[in-house]
Amino acid sequence: MLLIPCPWCGPRIEDEFACGGELKPGRPRDPAAVSDAEWADYVFNSDNVKGSRRERWWHAKGCRRWFTVERDTVSHRIAAVGAGDGG
Amino acid sequence: MSGGARRLPCGGRVDRGRPLECRFNGRRHHGLAGDTLASALLANGVRLVGRSFKFHRPRGVMSAGIEETNAIVQLCGDGEPNVLATRLWLTDGLAARSVNCWPGVAFDVGAIADKLWRVLPAGFYNKTFIWPPGFWRFYEYFIRKAAGLGRAPTAAEPARYEKRFHHCDVLVAGAGPAGLTASLAAARSGARVMLVDDQPEPGGDLLNAPAEIDGRTALDWVAAVVGEIDACPDVVRLSDATAFGYYDHNFLGVVEQRPKPPAIRERVWKVRARQVVLATGAIERPLVFADNDRPGVMLASAARAYVIRFGVRPGNTAVVFTNNNGAYGAAFDLAGNGVAVAAIIDVRADAPRSLLDKASALGIEVVLGHAIVGVRGRRQVAGVEAAPLEHPARARRFACDLVCASGGWNPTVNLFSQSGGRLRYDRGRACFVPETSVQAAHCAGAANGAFALGDCLAEGFGAGAAAARAAGYDVDIPGPPAATPTLPLDIEPLWEAPHGRRTAKAFVDVLNDVTTDDIRLAVREGYDAVEHLKRYTTGGMGLDQGKTANANIIGVLAQTLGSDIPAVGTTSFRPPYRPVSLGAIAGADIGPLVRPARRTPMTDWHEAAGAVMYDVAVGWRRPGYYPRPGETMAQAVSRECLSARDRAGMYDSSPLGKFEITGPDATTLLNRIYTNAWDDLAVGRGRYGVMLREDGRVLDDGVTFRLGAHQYLMSSTTGNAELVYAWLERWLQCEWPDFQVFVVPVTTQWANAVVCGPRARETLRCAGTDIDVERDAFPFLAIRNGTVAGFPARVARVSFTGELSFEVNVPARYGLDLWRALMAAGAEFGITPVGSEANQVLRVEKGFFAMGIETDGMATPHDLGLGWIVGKKKTDFVGKRSLARDDAVGGVRRQLVGLFTEDPRIVLPEGSQIAAPDGARTDGAIAGHVTSSVHSPTLGRSIALALLDDGRSRGGETVTIPLPEGAVRATVTRPVFYDPEGARMRG
Repeated sequence: MLLIPCPWCGPRIEDEFACGGELKPGRPRDPAAVSDAEWADYVFNSDNVKGSRRERWWHAKGCRRWFTVERDTVSHRIAAVGAGDGG
Repeated sequence: MSGGARRLPCGGRVDRGRPLECRFNGRRHHGLAGDTLASALLANGVRLVGRSFKFHRPRGVMSAGIEETNAIVQLCGDGEPNVLATRLWLTDGLAARSVNCWPGVAFDVGAIADKLWRVLPAGFYNKTFIWPPGFWRFYEYFIRKAAGLGRAPTAAEPARYEKRFHHCDVLVAGAGPAGLTASLAAARSGARVMLVDDQPEPGGDLLNAPAEIDGRTALDWVAAVVGEIDACPDVVRLSDATAFGYYDHNFLGVVEQRPKPPAIRERVWKVRARQVVLATGAIERPLVFADNDRPGVMLASAARAYVIRFGVRPGNTAVVFTNNNGAYGAAFDLAGNGVAVAAIIDVRADAPRSLLDKASALGIEVVLGHAIVGVRGRRQVAGVEAAPLEHPARARRFACDLVCASGGWNPTVNLFSQSGGRLRYDRGRACFVPETSVQAAHCAGAANGAFALGDCLAEGFGAGAAAARAAGYDVDIPGPPAATPTLPLDIEPLWEAPHGRRTAKAFVDVLNDVTTDDIRLAVREGYDAVEHLKRYTTGGMGLDQGKTANANIIGVLAQTLGSDIPAVGTTSFRPPYRPVSLGAIAGADIGPLVRPARRTPMTDWHEAAGAVMYDVAVGWRRPGYYPRPGETMAQAVSRECLSARDRAGMYDSSPLGKFEITGPDATTLLNRIYTNAWDDLAVGRGRYGVMLREDGRVLDDGVTFRLGAHQYLMSSTTGNAELVYAWLERWLQCEWPDFQVFVVPVTTQWANAVVCGPRARETLRCAGTDIDVERDAFPFLAIRNGTVAGFPARVARVSFTGELSFEVNVPARYGLDLWRALMAAGAEFGITPVGSEANQVLRVEKGFFAMGIETDGMATPHDLGLGWIVGKKKTDFVGKRSLARDDAVGGVRRQLVGLFTEDPRIVLPEGSQIAAPDGARTDGAIAGHVTSSVHSPTLGRSIALALLDDGRSRGGETVTIPLPEGAVRATVTRPVFYDPEGARMRG
């Protein structure tokens, strides 16, 4: 059970959150202009690293803000959280 | 003598003023307060306490603690199974019996298994799966009958359990010498300390073995320290409480038994600790020798505990078998308390002079360089044979009724290992010890491989101080207390004593009946990795999870492979450290509290009306149907449907997801989220919309009304209300943070009743409304504000049944009164409450797809016949780009169709597979499945919706649905069975 430091609410238990998956580059500005392969990369593919990665979390049972978490996928250590637009 | 014939005249932590009576296997026995069932049985001379798991061999008490492998009992009277007698504290009238024997422990029919050992080798169970072919179905019955130990109670658990959260600076697991000094150091710094220990009183091993600390007896020192700890205001100290799991981010589970007040049977503490000190001690390792499971063979530490702590002589004459110095202390304590010690058999070629001298003074013969090679006696040890290690045949006999064995100590690293910490094999101490912590955990004392009392005290003190400092407290306190120095263990590992007898079994896992021969067999058959070996032999997989077995299994495996112990490694330690009852895990979350039902303001009414209630989507408790006296479900559903079609019906759709979307960019948001265009929607009107995931698959649908220039009311399906909200916020917060929009979920702010059917308009009028409900003034897909039956209301014309419908939304507090007023107003038109069953029939008749039933995460809007709603001219919306990908436009797509069975009486089971259409593929491939299937009272026949490969171009074709009763043929139709033009709902 992780203890996630929500940038707005402080440390709260994992039960209150939903994980939104790996943080990926933003949505292509003009989807019609990208190839099928580029679009598929945006929609389906993620890096799935073993180690530190940035991911999105949603404080569903709290402030209802989306924010970023830098988490080690092996040790679960959370190095940082970011507020703002998830970037 | 009070408290059993083998009770010592004085001493021990038992209360001689409080005699207790208990029953074991029907026999009455006498014990004392402070006894465990095991100590009471030993005090009464009971040696045979159970039968083993596989071979049904007679077994006696082996330990004095949580590592017990033999004394496993069932509480009588439909009580708890598989309780360790060594952990079962005696109460007056306690009644228990042995598990795994029939008809009784002394004469057990299953004991034949011990003679059949040749056909019951390791992996026997796995082999029955494959050889001889097909025989598994014969074996299965017997294996299932033989499997398991005790019997689960059949009645509901009457006792109460609870869960509690706790936060602390330092959690200390274990109140032995290390745990106590750790708690003392941390508590003196002012840190919030939680100290948990699995014994009823603190002290750990100090309760079992006499010692001196700071010049007084250890137990006096314990009392003083505990007094000081308890006096600190921010300390929580629990007894009878085991830390059973160490999870991520220093989250630990602790199960507390017999908590005060006694209204609660067990309590689970969920503890978040900033720092953890693991002072969990060590468990003595048995020695592996021929017939080392006979009743009377026990751990040396256990025999000592029975004498010192419980004042019980576990035997008359003992032989101590050891490979280290520690067991000498046990031998001396036995000898000092009336147990004759026939010999100390020491594997080592030499022992420290001081020990040899003391043995000699007590008249104990020490036999060096020897090992026990055989045990005489079957139901009770009658003697042992000991021989030089190199000459197992040159055996000497010793008569005894007790064998006390010590193969060294295994630090209890379970919690440390669960926390992710890495272990290291320490050759000097011949055990695995903690190496590096991954979480904020400090190991101290025997759990850390420090077996000498002085080291335990010092390490504990250091760990407690370090933990407090790391948690931000100043530690400026005097150093740890001092203990009389003790000898080091000087262990010489012996993984298996030699023996020459072919039929003798030497057990590595006594609980699961795994022998050294089983390990060698598994290695021969290729299961030589430690994790494979465990599963193949089941060694270490019993109730005790191998607390005494694992180290010896690893040792024997390494020896068999000619390998090194660090190279063999350990199996994973997983929570829980000890079995935790399901009651404790559930706590108070039982019955209706398993998942508390969400109720609308009208739920009470539905229940009072006799509705059969369903617990459905996202926890809402909803009426399924409202049977009248004598009605079957089918009759009730049919009546409700016909009433809605012919007269008037009403249903409670309050759970429907509702969101108010406000702001200058509200329209842009809808344009991006939905597939269709929203710019031209007039205020007061609504529109159906479908939202897609970015992969082009349908996510949700619903009607959204425009309440003002920059204000909308969006609805989502009930089940997806949370998901849609998170979805909207994700786009707004992560992708389009510049949008000026607020999304406010208002699902439970509003209650609504939907009046439907040809008499709906009259019902509304009769209830009294200031809204003009005429068709021209209030068309389909419009929304109006006003009053209904005197309540402020938003009324929307939407239809999920295909009938003329008014969805009357009122602030939730008026919901029940509104419902009552509408029922009263509609009485003269025959209004009927409509449950979710009838609603399902009505929507299937109309061919309205249901999210999650007709959609399966694969359907595009085109597959569902919603091509008309996908804005071709829109440059972009979520999911648009994916609709242009090959997989969405080309190939075979599974599409929504209707099905008419040739026999109109047959209602196809939902989920039935559809075989490939006649004349198409003949490879038996599946071409689709039935999604919704009902008997339609309106049409007087069965109808179904289905997803079928290329279904939209298969109208009129015949498909086959293979069912166990025989294949059913059905004709593919458009997915709409009633009023295809929608004239009724627009009326």
